[in-house]
Amino acid sequence: MTPDVSSSIGGEVEAVPAVEVSELRKDFWRRNKDRNRLGRRGRRRVAAIRGVSFSMARGETIAILGQNGSGKSTLVRLLSTLLLHDGGEARIFGHDVFGQPRPVRRMVNRVSVEASFFKKMSAAENLAYAARFYGMTPGATRRAIPEILQRVGFPSERRHEAMENLSRGMQQKVALARALLTSPVLLLLDEPTTGLDPRSKLEVQEFIRDLQGSHDSTILLCTHDLAEAEALADRVGILDRGRLLALEPAEDLKRRYDAETLEQAFFAATGRAFEEEGDEEDDEREVFA
Amino acid sequence: MRAAAHALRHELIGLAGVVERNVYLTRRYIWWDAAWFIWTVANTLTITFIAKGIEASGGIIDVNRATTSLLVGAVIWAYLGVVFEFLTETVAWERWEGTIEYTFMAPLSRAMHLGGSGVFAVLYGLIRAILLFFVVAAFFDLSMPSADFFAALVVLIVASISFFGIGMRMAVLPLISPEKGAQLGYVAQGIMLVCSGVYYPVDVLPGWMQAIATISPATYALDGIRGAILDGEGLGTVWPDVWPLLIIGAICIPLGLWVFHRGEQYAKRHGKLKRSG
Repeated sequence: MTPDVSSSIGGEVEAVPAVEVSELRKDFWRRNKDRNRLGRRGRRRVAAIRGVSFSMARGETIAILGQNGSGKSTLVRLLSTLLLHDGGEARIFGHDVFGQPRPVRRMVNRVSVEASFFKKMSAAENLAYAARFYGMTPGATRRAIPEILQRVGFPSERRHEAMENLSRGMQQKVALARALLTSPVLLLLDEPTTGLDPRSKLEVQEFIRDLQGSHDSTILLCTHDLAEAEALADRVGILDRGRLLALEPAEDLKRRYDAETLEQAFFAATGRAFEEEGDEEDDEREVFA
Repeated sequence: MRAAAHALRHELIGLAGVVERNVYLTRRYIWWDAAWFIWTVANTLTITFIAKGIEASGGIIDVNRATTSLLVGAVIWAYLGVVFEFLTETVAWERWEGTIEYTFMAPLSRAMHLGGSGVFAVLYGLIRAILLFFVVAAFFDLSMPSADFFAALVVLIVASISFFGIGMRMAVLPLISPEKGAQLGYVAQGIMLVCSGVYYPVDVLPGWMQAIATISPATYALDGIRGAILDGEGLGTVWPDVWPLLIIGAICIPLGLWVFHRGEQYAKRHGKLKRSG
């Protein structure tokens, strides 16, 4: 069982936390490698998230660090109502994520590592499609799209080009625009800069920084990038094999593990280097949703 | 009351969004669709020429009536194919593009989400079916002096409610089996039509298949449309085919939504929404 590592910003506790996760569990079924005497491969439960607890205050940014298969994406998917849990509880602004998904969906949006779009459709068409699901009329969308694209640094005049003709960095900017178009109060960023070239990466990070200053959003950022976590987040969490080992401001984390860098703190917390290849369990965990 | 009206407006905007997206995608793939339409015409001709073939080989047959009857069957087959394809693609296409998670985490009811696909599928399917009917009819110089096309259209639209409900059950299959689920839609389409007298009277089928025919909406659709086109039956006369369609539709829609909901819950429990999951 992971201890509750929730805390508040500057000692000021919001009446309703933006995110409240308590003892959250998610298991997946996996086939055994070996066959039994009848020649059949049995199945077993593998825990993707093991009793994770934390809370976030409104307007706070937290970064979750973890290797592939640590459960970062599973956590994001659980909070996005895309997965059903196997135990524990998650609340977003007081709404039960699993019992009241509709109000939660109105408040949450997400940017994932893959900028997923209808590739033959243009950026504007993809954004319009996403906006309709949040009740935005064609008129409102037409006005909002150029503004939001400009804000994320996407050249507005290219909005009618098919997504398949845009670079990966440009696509990721459209993904950010898609998430912001619906004015989410909780933004879930699942490795938004992974695979981007250095310039695009910096632009996206700069945009997240702007967002923190100007938009009433709470941000949960899952990342591989230690520097990104340290630069953008109020608190940094270490998720290892489904367990949240710590969630503290980066400096406190380093102090706690007597480390000079976050990488050293990660090593001290997990017993493994951040970039280290995992063992068989980690290989298996990499396929988790 | 005001909140309910606001919620309904939100839902209808979402439904229109799905229709709009399908319009965009259809525009992008219009030449592929045109090629597919040529294939459908060719396929329909292989069936409708059978009547002439029977006469040519010495059979005594009313070629005009038999050709029209076969044409109705082939057009309904093609129409059902389009409706099921669009509904199955509601999930399959989004999984392929990777957008499904964004769609499923949006605050739109599944009824409206699927409804948008259904509305577009029916509109697109109707345009295609009407075009197919008249293009193939032109090959045979068919005479349909007493045809009531309006009544035939009404029967097809009413039948579409049931087809939509069954299509929703098909749409869930790619959620359960990302690789092969979509193909099972063709199985359902084939079974339904073979039991519904697509190219022959239902009476020629074995008893157990006739039992299936009584609960298949395609049976009443084919019967009503053939009655309207071949015998000039108006809306009043085709009513015995319309009311069963309304009842089957009233059962199929909630059943389809329930099945889809169960499939969605399964996918969310087992992490199947993810493209590679």
